[in-house]
Amino acid sequence: MRLKLVPSETNWQFFRGSKMTFGASLVAMVLSLLLFAILGLNFGIDFRGGTTIRTESTQAVDVAAYRDALAPLGLGDVSITEVFDPAFGADQNVAQVRIQAQEGQESVTPEVINAVEAALQEVDPTITFPSVESVGPKVSGELVRTAILAVGLAIAAVLVYIWLRFEWQFSLGAVAALVHDVVLTIGIFAALQIKFDLAIIAALLTIVGYSLNDTVVVFDRVRENLRRYKKMDLKEVLNLSINETLSRTVMTSFTTLLALISLFVLGGDVIRGFVFAMIWGVIVGTYSSVFVASNILLMLGVKRDWSKSGDGGAGTQFANVDA
Amino acid sequence: MLSIPLWNRVVIWALVAFGLLFAMPNAFYSRVEGHNDAVKAIEAQASTPELEAARGAWPDWLPATIVNLGLDLRGGAHLLAEVQVSDVYADRMDGLWPEVRDALRDERATVGTIRRMPSAPDALRVRISQPEGMDAALRAVRDLARPVTTLTGVGSADIEVASDGDEVVVRLSEAEKLATDSRTVQQSLEIIRRRVDEVGTREPNIQRQAEDRILIQVPGIGSAAELKELIGTTARLTFHPVVSRTEDPDQEPGLRNVLYPSMEDQGVYYILEQTAVVSGEDLTDAQPAFDQNGRPSVTFRFNPSGGRQFGTYTSENVGSPFAIVLDGEVISAPVIQEPILGGSGQITGNFTVEESTQLAILLRAGALPAELTFLEERTIGPELGADSIAAGKVASIVAFTAVLVFMGLSYGLFGIFANVALLLNVGLIFGLLSAIGATLTLPGIAGIVLTIGMAVDANVLVFERIREELKTAKGPARAIELGYEKALSAILDANITTFITASILFMLGSGPVRGFAITLGLGILTSVFTAIYVTRLMIVMWLERRRPRTITV
Repeated sequence: MRLKLVPSETNWQFFRGSKMTFGASLVAMVLSLLLFAILGLNFGIDFRGGTTIRTESTQAVDVAAYRDALAPLGLGDVSITEVFDPAFGADQNVAQVRIQAQEGQESVTPEVINAVEAALQEVDPTITFPSVESVGPKVSGELVRTAILAVGLAIAAVLVYIWLRFEWQFSLGAVAALVHDVVLTIGIFAALQIKFDLAIIAALLTIVGYSLNDTVVVFDRVRENLRRYKKMDLKEVLNLSINETLSRTVMTSFTTLLALISLFVLGGDVIRGFVFAMIWGVIVGTYSSVFVASNILLMLGVKRDWSKSGDGGAGTQFANVDA
Repeated sequence: MLSIPLWNRVVIWALVAFGLLFAMPNAFYSRVEGHNDAVKAIEAQASTPELEAARGAWPDWLPATIVNLGLDLRGGAHLLAEVQVSDVYADRMDGLWPEVRDALRDERATVGTIRRMPSAPDALRVRISQPEGMDAALRAVRDLARPVTTLTGVGSADIEVASDGDEVVVRLSEAEKLATDSRTVQQSLEIIRRRVDEVGTREPNIQRQAEDRILIQVPGIGSAAELKELIGTTARLTFHPVVSRTEDPDQEPGLRNVLYPSMEDQGVYYILEQTAVVSGEDLTDAQPAFDQNGRPSVTFRFNPSGGRQFGTYTSENVGSPFAIVLDGEVISAPVIQEPILGGSGQITGNFTVEESTQLAILLRAGALPAELTFLEERTIGPELGADSIAAGKVASIVAFTAVLVFMGLSYGLFGIFANVALLLNVGLIFGLLSAIGATLTLPGIAGIVLTIGMAVDANVLVFERIREELKTAKGPARAIELGYEKALSAILDANITTFITASILFMLGSGPVRGFAITLGLGILTSVFTAIYVTRLMIVMWLERRRPRTITV
């Protein structure tokens, strides 16, 4: 017998609690924005400028000792965090040292790096420095602008494409779902204070792409069913379409999550934040394509393209015009 | 729909075979890499048995392009440098001064005596003693203007001449500034490339970015600081007549003279004539060597015109000192013992062997036309890169296995078809990555893993649709046909939208993020291809052979 995540025939009422789910989404979005406003994002050096040095040692990481060693250098804001990963060996102790951008210089000078490395070697002679990255304030400013531009452009491009392929109501529904996903992702990054860097922007855009993928598949079925069941209530059509595509939605989300979770666990700490964003995005994106995009569509109504009636039909009882 | 013509089948399988052929070298990465290096080395120099052996490890007739590994996987240094393009304006003004002087001298009767005044570095100010002759002066200087030699600047002159009281002010025009900037960046790029090539690392990536930036990525180099030392030094070598020697750093050097510190002795300064006798631009060669006392030094040779100038100067000034200056520091100031006519010489300073070797490289590669500031630098150790590759491999294999098993359990035989397509899909991604010479980064690996998860989507859409069509009992062939037909628009719409975001990411992203966009984008292309063509062809072939009365998907 086949493995089935969803029974082959479902008739679940997705819009029964539509006020609830929609309200929940709104509350979650407001909460995310509040978290963003209050806690802010833990921006990486890509967006803030500064230097990160990854250290590796056979001795245990002593954050306090590191901090004391670096304090006399007068480098301003220095943060030291230990990094954990199941892939690390027993004698592999990794930490991340982050130094703020120094006054009046773009990328860090070799003297600063040498001083930091020497000070840390004093504390722990076995320490090595597998990576040093430094971004000047000029570039980080540009990266912020490009990142915002990228997300904005992606959403705009999608808006236009769906508008061309479907109707504007679909387009708005899809974009509402996208904004929902992006805002919620930013919210969780603010709440958990996970490092937000350039890779996370890539993850955000992937979420945009993925969430859309899901939404478009549902919408495609809605369009088809609107033509097939001309007299059916829009709510019924939407519900039917979601049920019909539910098995696929869950299958694809599940295989994608399988792949992402293995990457999350085994892929190393360097990309963990990035993968986390995508896992979150897949879950939120799947939810939003069912509960946000379709809800918006239901609220806006759809003009059925064969309709000749003056009021536009809007998917209500007036839409029962024969072809 | 279900009867696929033979030529169609041939094309599909040929494309798959081709893709896999190009992907194959990646499975033997180190062997192919050794082969490629050996081929290059044999071309460049004589062949040795070891090189021949390395070359023989991979047959010549097989494709030997492999995916480039990004710095985050291979380890190396990354720098983003900004060229201080306006540095060059001052040089241009200095170069213009003799011409302006001569032009105004010809008009001496109307403009009187002339004198160069201090000014901003990008302007040339000349005072004339008879301000009523200003019109004539302006005319004379304006005659020196040349048309700008660029496509966009056609019709405009290279300098702008204006009057300010009793001074003639010469500036570069905007069009000329643009043209100069572009040339400066281009020259800097060339010189950086030469310097990096001199060190001889594998496949450095040096490219221009935006207006005035240069991105330098060198795999295998120990640290960005090391790379910075190599390319950040201007390495402008000049030879100046010495006016005097002093220990007061604040001493006024006098008009058209400069004060430079000594590299060797702390607290010693030289006052030199600003105009150099000869400069490093006239060097044809420089090599590290040792002087007669066994101290590290650099020998150099001038080109004919440089040699002549140097010869004339040294013949006329036997017994007086001259200074060898590198980037505003006096390396040494020997006294000229005899005329140096052979066009070659030796620089001895307080060098270590490494320093003399480095200096020779820098002199050979030429001086940077302008200073560089570094906006961004990253060093990734090779161990960290190796760890990332190992982690990526394990994660991909686990992800792969999980998806394969899950698909098999969910769709049975059809799931197996989808799995074969998925395997081909990853092969094709690598084939395409190699063929277009793309770079694989850590986020790129994440993109592949993500694709593994998402690639089954197109097949899932079709299979789910076939299941639905089977419910209305039309027979297996018809159901499969309808399944493909009706799922197509959803597949296309869903993938085109994702592809749009991947493209935006590619256009706006940089470095690792771009690597992610590439694998994601290619993954979309190959997964649509395998789902629409390859899986369908497999299903059709199976149908033709078995002719089943019923199917379960």
